[in-house]
Amino acid sequence: MSGMTAEMKKIKKAEQKEAKLRMKQISKENNKIIKKFEKEKKRKKVDPSEYQTTMENPDNIIEIDNLHTYFFTDMGTVKSVNGVSIEVPKGKTVALVGESGCGKSVTSLSVMKLVQGPTGQIVDGAIRYNRKGGAVDIVKTPISEMQHIRGNEIAMIFQEPMTSLNPIFTIGYQIDETIKLHRPDMKDEDIKKQTIEMLKLVGIARAEGIYDCYPHELSGGMRQRVMIAMSLSCDPQFIIADEPTTALDVTIQAQILDLLRDIKQKIDASILLITHDLGVVAEMADYVVVMYAGKIVEQGTAHEVFLNPKHPYTMGLIKSKPAVGKVVDRLYSIPGAVPNPVSMPNYCFFKDRCDKCLAKCNGDIPELRYISEDHKVACHLYDSKGGK
Amino acid sequence: MSENILEVKELKKYFPIKAGVIQRVVGHVKAVDGISFNIKKGSTFGLVGESGCGKTTVGRTLLRLQESSGGSVMFDDKDVFKLSNKQLRAIRPDMQLIFQDPYSSLSPRMPVGEIIGEGVREHNIVPKEEYRSYIMSIMEKCGLQPHHIDRYPHEFSGGQRQRICIARAIALKPKVIVCDEPVSALDVSIQAQIINLLKDLQEEFGYSYLFISHDLSVVEHISDEVGVMYLGNLVEKAPKEELFKNPKHPYTKALFSAIPVPDPTVKMNRIILEGDIPSPANPPSGCKFHTRCQHCMEICKTVAPEYRDYGNEHFVACHLYDNE
Amino acid sequence: MAEEKVLQTNNQPEEVANLEKIVTPGQLVMKRFLRNKLAIAGVVILVCMFLFSFLGPLFTSYGEYTIFFVKDGVEFSSDDHKGMDPQESGVKINGKAKPSKAHLLGTDKDGRDILVRLMYGGRISLLIGFVVVGLQLAVGVIMGGIAGYYGGVIDNLIMRLVDIFYCIPTLPVMLIVSSIMVAYGVPQEYKIYILMLIMGILGWAGVARLVRGQILSLREQEFMVATEAIGLHPAKRIMKHLIPNVMPQLIVIATMGMGSVILAEASYSYLGIGVPFPLASWGNMVNTVTDPIIMREYLNIWFPPGFCILLTVLGFNFVGDGLRDAFDPKMKR
Repeated sequence: MSGMTAEMKKIKKAEQKEAKLRMKQISKENNKIIKKFEKEKKRKKVDPSEYQTTMENPDNIIEIDNLHTYFFTDMGTVKSVNGVSIEVPKGKTVALVGESGCGKSVTSLSVMKLVQGPTGQIVDGAIRYNRKGGAVDIVKTPISEMQHIRGNEIAMIFQEPMTSLNPIFTIGYQIDETIKLHRPDMKDEDIKKQTIEMLKLVGIARAEGIYDCYPHELSGGMRQRVMIAMSLSCDPQFIIADEPTTALDVTIQAQILDLLRDIKQKIDASILLITHDLGVVAEMADYVVVMYAGKIVEQGTAHEVFLNPKHPYTMGLIKSKPAVGKVVDRLYSIPGAVPNPVSMPNYCFFKDRCDKCLAKCNGDIPELRYISEDHKVACHLYDSKGGK
Repeated sequence: MSENILEVKELKKYFPIKAGVIQRVVGHVKAVDGISFNIKKGSTFGLVGESGCGKTTVGRTLLRLQESSGGSVMFDDKDVFKLSNKQLRAIRPDMQLIFQDPYSSLSPRMPVGEIIGEGVREHNIVPKEEYRSYIMSIMEKCGLQPHHIDRYPHEFSGGQRQRICIARAIALKPKVIVCDEPVSALDVSIQAQIINLLKDLQEEFGYSYLFISHDLSVVEHISDEVGVMYLGNLVEKAPKEELFKNPKHPYTKALFSAIPVPDPTVKMNRIILEGDIPSPANPPSGCKFHTRCQHCMEICKTVAPEYRDYGNEHFVACHLYDNE
Repeated sequence: MAEEKVLQTNNQPEEVANLEKIVTPGQLVMKRFLRNKLAIAGVVILVCMFLFSFLGPLFTSYGEYTIFFVKDGVEFSSDDHKGMDPQESGVKINGKAKPSKAHLLGTDKDGRDILVRLMYGGRISLLIGFVVVGLQLAVGVIMGGIAGYYGGVIDNLIMRLVDIFYCIPTLPVMLIVSSIMVAYGVPQEYKIYILMLIMGILGWAGVARLVRGQILSLREQEFMVATEAIGLHPAKRIMKHLIPNVMPQLIVIATMGMGSVILAEASYSYLGIGVPFPLASWGNMVNTVTDPIIMREYLNIWFPPGFCILLTVLGFNFVGDGLRDAFDPKMKR
């Protein structure tokens, strides 16, 4: 017994040594890669022709094409977004659904080019944005140009309305600032007028009063309204809403969702909605994208995905949420947990949690294929139907 | 005592508001303003409400983790609020608590076995020789790997941490467990696992739960009886089937209709409540809900409605039903 | 950020789980600390300084107060007369000697070996650092702990006391105490203890404030509520939960405090109210720079002690910074 444990200890020690060495190697390689990307990012004068591109479909506002965003950590490379393609048609809402850590937030940050550097880098792929003056590829667009696009043309609404507002300035001042930043030519009175108009647009009754309030004086729902007003203040064409209602109560959530729908109609923008709440998705979205471990597992119109879910993960998600009025004795639960992001398996990422496994599932990672006109699934269960 | 394990009567918790240099008390935040309910042995009482309505305070106060401002809590024929510190410590194992945030509720500097076993040792729940095997068996019951006993919390995911929390509570062989939003911080697929675990444990050991949550669908799934709280008061209380089939209070109705349904074909007639919850430091006169109520009448603004039984153990506090 | 994400979702496959090494939070801190190059540099500096000050004197035959004389080019010391009498005519003090083989850093104006005095001065400076920080911590932790744990009136009283101590200007107090000591003829060797005592007493307020703040925020943490719900005895709650969680912050301010105490001691000694002559301390060795001739001509007399102070304080600050980043990775950036 003791001999065996000694042996085991020896092996363990060797393993640890190896791990340490590997870690050093990884961090060395990481540094090299990161340096390369950072250098690319920091270039000052970039010829516009380098990032100009053409849309595949001019009716889309955003086309994310085979996006890869990795985090180069000392533990290894985390492939947060691993080949994701999403199209957002003009005037539509696309919802990105998934659990925490599936890469949905990183996808949205990639679109804004706000991925936390230096470890996080967009490695591959294109994000084509249908700009008024001609389409651009956001991946190649330099930071200086991105600053015009951010806020001005693409706005973002965050989950936590308290931390996204600066506590030491008044609401009015903060919205004024955003407008001023993007429209330097406007007069101060006009800016204030527009700010108050914006506040009224998001359903704040006492807009003049709120203008002089500080963020801490407002409730969570009010703050989220202010955030929305702020992001809308520059007439964006495209809004990214990252879990806009997760921190709010249900009754307030209902108000905000109502508001978002209303506003979308008014200003005719497209929304990329990121959430883990399937109820919110069903209510808001025209198209649904389900992500799992950095990859898209199912994609289609909201009707198709909710009424006719194909991927076992989507089915599990829908089944595991208790619904009011539907009494079940036992909730369906997806067994296990998300695989370790550093050492992803080389077969279907969901296989270890899936109860519909086939022999084929040990093989290649399934590709995203059409199973009907507006429905795509990445699962071997539908291989025979696919390929049409 | 009867079939009730816990009887809460007129529970009140006021937080003083202090102002000025000498910290004079200028008012009170009435976080919990006189609520009463009973929990039957082996059953689950669900407490629903939005943030700031005082539901967490109810849980903490009835466990006497905060001193109450009035009312009584009878547990096993003992008035919890009248116990001495020593007596209180002696009955602590019987009433346990599970928290919302699985990250801040585990001490980061202790191995899992120690976190779970600390109370076991304090109260001599099992003989010393069986201590380690007992902890391992508890861990197994909660779906944890027993050999993880010497690991530290930072190695576990949110769902696993919540399992550790549950293990810590049930290791003391409690009778009542207060679950304070145990699944709100978890992912959907993990939520279902934890809810199922709680239900399984209840079946096996006959625990009684006070299940506090803002999520009506979760409460419906797990509870036998449900109370709806608004600004420190229970506005409605009924057995689950009764409440979900026949909600009476306008607030309950609004809560129901606010839940997004994961079905794009359903387009509901949503009751959207205007405005926010008023501050509990300065609650509206009369019925506290009248500022947001769609059926508000003159009487609602001045007279607080009575909390009455409308049959089937269905209690409501609303003037709409005064004539019934 | 990303690294943390990895840690949280790190689920090893079960079959290897038994063999996996258990990583304690302490080891994690260690790993992060060792990755910080500046902190390692700090540790190296400090170790060198300690060895130099505490072991250095063992390797030299000169004493702290040994005065060197010279007659006709032959050098002898007050310890070892070599058959010569210092009182003899023609004997000169070998002061302000240039660096040589016998005196690597030369001698000061009273003819004492600078390198040796540097070692003894280091002992005093480090000792004062340790004793004063220890005193500050002891008083501060007890007062802050009481204030934080009991709260209410006690808290209020202690915190007002802290406010008062914050208002006391250290330098004038030191000046007054120094002249009192002179007036009452306090023996030189006691002065240094009184100095430490006063520095300790004047400095606990910051520690107390930090400990109280920590305990107040810890008490709100859910795991502390859990220990109460479990029914743990208050003494155990303090010993097993509160103190270990305040420890990291204490270690950090202790290391940082060491640096500032050494600096303070140096400036008092420089002003002549700190460590009294003939005891060596880095501060009173730098003091010689007030002589313009020494400042201009004899770099070897005043530069080494100044450099030692700089290095030591830098070392403590590097280590303190490294520890803080290691304990709380979110603080970085």
